[in-house]
Amino acid sequence: MMNRILFVLMLIAGLTAPFYAYPVFVMDLLCFALFACAFNLLLGYVGLLSFGHAAFFGGAAYISGYAIKAWGFSPIFGILTGTGFTLILGFCFGYLAIRRQGIYFAMVTLALAQIVYFMALQMPFTGGENGLQGIPRGTLFGFIDLNNSLNMYYFVFAIFLIGFGIIYRTIHSPFGEVLQAIRENESRALSLGYDVDRFKLLAFVISATLAGLAGATKAVIFQFAALTNAHWQTSGEVILMTLVGGLGTVFGPVVGAITVGALSHELSAFGSWVQVILGTIFVICVMTFRRGIIGELGRVLNKK
Amino acid sequence: MLNHWIKGIVGAVGLASVTLPLTATAELSDNKVKIGVLSDMSGVYKSLEGPGAVIAAEMAIEDFGGKVLDQPIEIISADHQNKPDIGASTAREWIDAEEVDMITALDNSSVALSVQGLAADKKIITMNTGAGTTALTEEQCSPYGIHYVYDTHALPVGTATAMVKNGGKKWYFITADYAFGHSLRDNTGAVVKSLDGEVVGNVNAPLGTNDFSSYLLQAQSSGADVIGLANAGQDTVNAIKQANQFRIVQSGQKLAGMLVFLTDVHSMGLDIAQGLQFTTAFVWNRDDEALAWSNRFNERHGAMPTMVQAGVYSAVTSYLEAVKAVGSDNSDAVRKKLGEMELNDFFVKGGKIAANGSMLHDMYLVEVKKPEESESEWDLLRVVSTIPAETAFIPMDKTACPLVNKS
Amino acid sequence: MSIQVILAQALLGLNVGVFYAMLSLGLAVIFGLLNIINFAHGAMYMLGAFIALIGYSFMDQWFGISIQIGFWPSLIIVPLLVGGLGILIERTMLKRLYDLDHIYGLLLTFGITLILQGLFSNYFNVSGTPYPGQPDALSGVVNLGFMYFPTYRLFAIVFSLVVCFATWYVIEHTKLGSRLRAGVENPQLTQTFGLNVPLMVTLTFGFGAALAGLAGVLAAPIYSVSPLMGADLIIVVFAVVVIGGMGSIMGAILSGLALGLIEGLTKVFYPPAASTVIFFLMVLVLLFRPAGLFGKEK
Repeated sequence: MMNRILFVLMLIAGLTAPFYAYPVFVMDLLCFALFACAFNLLLGYVGLLSFGHAAFFGGAAYISGYAIKAWGFSPIFGILTGTGFTLILGFCFGYLAIRRQGIYFAMVTLALAQIVYFMALQMPFTGGENGLQGIPRGTLFGFIDLNNSLNMYYFVFAIFLIGFGIIYRTIHSPFGEVLQAIRENESRALSLGYDVDRFKLLAFVISATLAGLAGATKAVIFQFAALTNAHWQTSGEVILMTLVGGLGTVFGPVVGAITVGALSHELSAFGSWVQVILGTIFVICVMTFRRGIIGELGRVLNKK
Repeated sequence: MLNHWIKGIVGAVGLASVTLPLTATAELSDNKVKIGVLSDMSGVYKSLEGPGAVIAAEMAIEDFGGKVLDQPIEIISADHQNKPDIGASTAREWIDAEEVDMITALDNSSVALSVQGLAADKKIITMNTGAGTTALTEEQCSPYGIHYVYDTHALPVGTATAMVKNGGKKWYFITADYAFGHSLRDNTGAVVKSLDGEVVGNVNAPLGTNDFSSYLLQAQSSGADVIGLANAGQDTVNAIKQANQFRIVQSGQKLAGMLVFLTDVHSMGLDIAQGLQFTTAFVWNRDDEALAWSNRFNERHGAMPTMVQAGVYSAVTSYLEAVKAVGSDNSDAVRKKLGEMELNDFFVKGGKIAANGSMLHDMYLVEVKKPEESESEWDLLRVVSTIPAETAFIPMDKTACPLVNKS
Repeated sequence: MSIQVILAQALLGLNVGVFYAMLSLGLAVIFGLLNIINFAHGAMYMLGAFIALIGYSFMDQWFGISIQIGFWPSLIIVPLLVGGLGILIERTMLKRLYDLDHIYGLLLTFGITLILQGLFSNYFNVSGTPYPGQPDALSGVVNLGFMYFPTYRLFAIVFSLVVCFATWYVIEHTKLGSRLRAGVENPQLTQTFGLNVPLMVTLTFGFGAALAGLAGVLAAPIYSVSPLMGADLIIVVFAVVVIGGMGSIMGAILSGLALGLIEGLTKVFYPPAASTVIFFLMVLVLLFRPAGLFGKEK
């Protein structure tokens, strides 16, 4: 019930947002919201903490940016190319990382992401520190001009809804239930005959692919693919968003992404204090507020 | 978020009022002129432009009287963190939501290229004082982009020529690994080769490298006469200091700082920096006019101005004068006017803004004084020679900028 | 490629390696007892460097105390302060998370990292502030035949090695160490023997943090002191830890040194790979020895 209300609210807010807020900013939030949802699939529903999701977010941005700019792909095809790339990358990462558990898993994903970061820094096609600039937004289906910010906005919102839908379906499928069983008790899932590693790997790949979708879309919005997106700090940010909104809740990451995004945007005049504030929120969430906004809300509503 | 709600409502009201015919005084698009100072406020280039650039821009606005065409002049500033994506998205928001009319500083070539490209799409003037790459006025030149203080063509003309003529034929480069460093390295290499010198090697170091020791040792083992530092700001300072620790200069190689700022010399100290030759657009105590302004700046900022900080003052003033002269902040009209003006102030004498956006003016080859020659804390540089504008900057018949009509 | 160049870069690599070793040692000690990966370990290292810098240059300006704390006293004072902060963090925060998934310990320390990093970024340039307090006695240069090497860097190498091996000796060959190891093997049993395990845990965390702080002081005169110095390093150290495995103290030390060397040599033979070679080695180790070179399968 709560989910249905939240979904309608999200739909209304999403459809009307460009009329009362700066569209580019809202698009940015939508990308991060999708990114956080994808991340949440892994941490919230399988219990795997990846500290390297920026590699997918940033990696897809470079690949789709390059495909659109250098090969003249259409925006949709370009975004799909980047997303497809992260599917493969996600498989490689996942294959290596699920060999270790818990904190080791986090460290391994972090280190793997660092390889992607340095490749983005050094490979010629990425433009290194300059980034990949001037990616054309192009036209949708050959006639909708994406340089118009409203057109662009609804295109991004549609992508967000598709990604969100995929995640929702995954969580509420039999597959998703097995994932949650693994999170609750891995050895029991194993003894029930499930090939735990395979489930984990598949979840990792889905999560990575959708994180890539978010990153690829961001590249088209800003006409830019940059190192910031692939930096470990971005991996940290997405963890924070998920944590603030509510781990293992459907809407938590969306709420978290908007909260954290709006906060850092509004406080950007305070320079590095933003980092201090985000760090403090992080600590508070870990210490006392582990359910996050949506989690606590759900708890309060269920009590009644 | 709340801010955006308010902005939205205000915007909607504003939209409604536009349809009504207002008074004829509204030559300015939004009843004000807003200048954006986008600079590195926290990193490698902080001390050479950064907060000092904001002060310089504020001084320019105050000296102009705070108003142009009876409308207020506003200023907005932000930190681009040397990240081109952050620079571009800040500029995008400034133009879309803050109605900024001109963006200046931009002390990082990657940031500068991305912002200039974006601003060109949106028909907003950029007056770049901080970045070096010649791409800004060559391949990626823009009808709205002005490159005001120096570029990577002007820097080696004086410095590299002097070094090669003194016997430094074989060069090895340590290059800041982004647009600026690459451009400076290539342009310097061209000058060296044109004088029958040779480039024996190159190593790229990331922007903001703390430990140059392994790069310096590579340079040392290359057998070059000169180690060319194609970097800037704190990178240059670190490289020169560490070269001193590893006794590179004492072992017979020379260091050439291709872009050195007054603040860099100040932070290295004369003991280490003495004798270093480099090219600059501005020396604060070169004449009385410059001295007077620099003293005012020093009082507010606590350090003497670098060439780019002085350049921000000059650029903002020139822009405001052009707005006043054409009676509008229309970018096309202002840019046309700027191209017709001859720029004369404490910073520049007889400067001209060419069709490719390059501001043509004299540059100076300077040498760092010996400790015993220096008379005060900031008395660090001695002018060796003047490099005339014609040789310092790429001549209009050689430019690769498609905006220039070469016929 | 001359032998001189290889030797020179190897020595510089060793110079980096001792810092890897000191940091991975601290991480390993903490992990051994608490099963927590301290993300803030890099921030502790940064903090150590900053305390030394502030003690030397800013006491008067910031606190109105006209005192200058030199390099030698800093070598003692700073680890105590950083260790103290570590103990505070363990007592007030980490302690409450022991019953939860270990991931929360990592997340908490990540938050602490952000706070410390942001705090110092407000007051100091992110690209680094030079530490002027390098002692005069160490300011010279040693002619090693194949290169001139700054005396201070040699001192840092020797000093760090001594600290690392002393730690190893204490843990592996003294009574104190054997108690500690007992606490690692079986906390409940050790507790029933009358040893105060929670106190041991707290002190161990403090010791690990102090080690990072000490590394920070040692690094200050070589690298500029910057708010991001720890963040860049800690991720490499994580990879070092994965490669070495968490099984042994000696493993942490040796893999730190070896990987520093390998990184230095990569700079000679294929410079573009220098920043990634450690991560690639980690991938190899994961493929063929998932528990790490010195680690035991759990």
